[in-house]
Amino acid sequence: MKRRSKITIPAKYYLTGLSALCVVLMLVSYATDVIDTPLNKITGYVITPVQNGVNYIGMLLSDRVDNLANLKEVMNENESLQAKVAELTEDNNMLMQEKYELDNLRELYNLDQLYPTYSKVAARVVSKDTSNYFCTFTIDKGSNDGIAVDMNVIADGGLVGIVTSVGPSYSTVMSIIDDSSNVSAMVLSTSDICYIRGDLQLMNDGLLHLEKLNKDVEVENGAKIVTSHVSSKYLQGILIGYVTEITTDSNNLTKSGYISPVVDFEHLQNVLVITELKQTQDNKE
Amino acid sequence: MLRLCVEALFVIVTFVLQSTLFQAISLASIAPNAIIMLVSVYGFIRGKKSGMFIGFFSGLLVDIFYGDIIGFYALLYMVVGYLNGFFHARYYKEEIFLPMGLVIGSDILYGIMVYVLRFALRNRSSFVYNFVHVIIPETIYTLVITIILYRVILVINRKVEEIEKRSASKFD
Repeated sequence: MKRRSKITIPAKYYLTGLSALCVVLMLVSYATDVIDTPLNKITGYVITPVQNGVNYIGMLLSDRVDNLANLKEVMNENESLQAKVAELTEDNNMLMQEKYELDNLRELYNLDQLYPTYSKVAARVVSKDTSNYFCTFTIDKGSNDGIAVDMNVIADGGLVGIVTSVGPSYSTVMSIIDDSSNVSAMVLSTSDICYIRGDLQLMNDGLLHLEKLNKDVEVENGAKIVTSHVSSKYLQGILIGYVTEITTDSNNLTKSGYISPVVDFEHLQNVLVITELKQTQDNKE
Repeated sequence: MLRLCVEALFVIVTFVLQSTLFQAISLASIAPNAIIMLVSVYGFIRGKKSGMFIGFFSGLLVDIFYGDIIGFYALLYMVVGYLNGFFHARYYKEEIFLPMGLVIGSDILYGIMVYVLRFALRNRSSFVYNFVHVIIPETIYTLVITIILYRVILVINRKVEEIEKRSASKFD
C-alpha cells in the first residue's frame, strides 16, 4: 500500500462538488440547451447503436417464441379471415365508389387542403424511459433523417406523441399518455375545443383525461376526438381517441371525462413521424 | 485504469438493459429498476466515493435521454450511492441480507423523491396511489433481479480486485 501515500480527498467534498455541479447543470439546461446538444451527440453515437443491437436480438428471440406459439392460432384465424376478405372486398368496392364521389365533392369545396397527406418517416421504437413514472421513448431516426423537435408522431392511424429532443441518429418522443402531456383537441363532429391530458393513474387503465369542454356541447360515448386547429404544435385533425365517459363538472361550466386512445401504447413497435411542423404565427418568419 | 473501464461498462450496460430488456419484461407496466440496484450495490461493496460516481454517471445518462433537465437524476442517484456507501464498513462477501435491505430502502427513497419532486410539486397523483401501484411493485421486482445480479457484480468486482492486487505487487 505504498502507492496510497498520495493525499486523498474525503468523499464528502466530492459529494458537495458534484452536487453543486448538478445544480449548475440543472439551471443551465433549464435556461438554455447549451449542454443538451453536445451531450446528445456523444451519447447518441455510443448508446443508441448498443440499444439497437440489444433490441434486434430481443426481437429475433421473441419472434421465434411467438412463431411457435401462434402457428395453430394463425391457421384458424386464416380460415375466418379468408371469409372476411371476400366480404370486405365487396364492401370495399362500394366504399371506393363513395370515395370517388367524396373526392369530387372535396375538390368542389376546396377542402382537401384541410387534411393534406403529410410526408412521413417510419421509425422503430428502440428503448423506453427507465423509470415507471413517465412514458417517453426513443426511436431510431434523428436529425439525419430530417426529424426535428415538435414533430408529431403517429401510429395505427392515431396520435402517439411529439418529438421532444433530437440527436443525430435517434430522437426522444413524449407520448400523449405521459403524465406531463397536454394536448389541445376538439370533438370531430362539432369542432368544440377541449384538452387531452395524460395521467399516471389512468395510464394503467389505458385511458386519458378529457378536460375543459364547454358544458353545452352534446357529446356521446364513442365520439371521435382529434387534434385541434388552435394547437401550436399538433397538426390539425389527427385522431386521438374515442370518448368513453363524460360528465358535467361541479363548477357547472365545463365537462370532463375520459377517452380511450386509438394507439396501443403497450405494444408500440413502429411509429411514423410526420416531417412537417405546424405553421404558426411565431415560426412563420 | 481497468477498474475505470469496468465501472464505465457497468454504467452503460445497466442503462442499456434498463431501457430495453427490463422494459420488455415489465409486469403490469412496472419494470424493475436496475440502475438503482447497481448504484446501491456498488455503494455498498465499494464505498461512498465509488457509489457516488456510479450514481452520478448513471443518472446523467438517464437525464440526457429521458430527463426534462440535465442534472436531476444525476443528483438523485448520486445521493443514493453516497448514502449506501455509509454501510460499506459492514460489507463482507457472504452478507446477503444487508444489501437486499439497502436496495429496498434505496428504491423506496428514490420513488418517494421522484414522487415529491415531479408529481407532488405539480399537484398530481395521490401519494397512496403512487406508493401502492408504483413504488412497492417496483421495489419488489427490483429485489428479485438484485437476488440474481448481486452475485454477478460481486464476482466481477472480486476479479478486478485480484488483478489490481497482482499488478500492485509487481511494482513493490
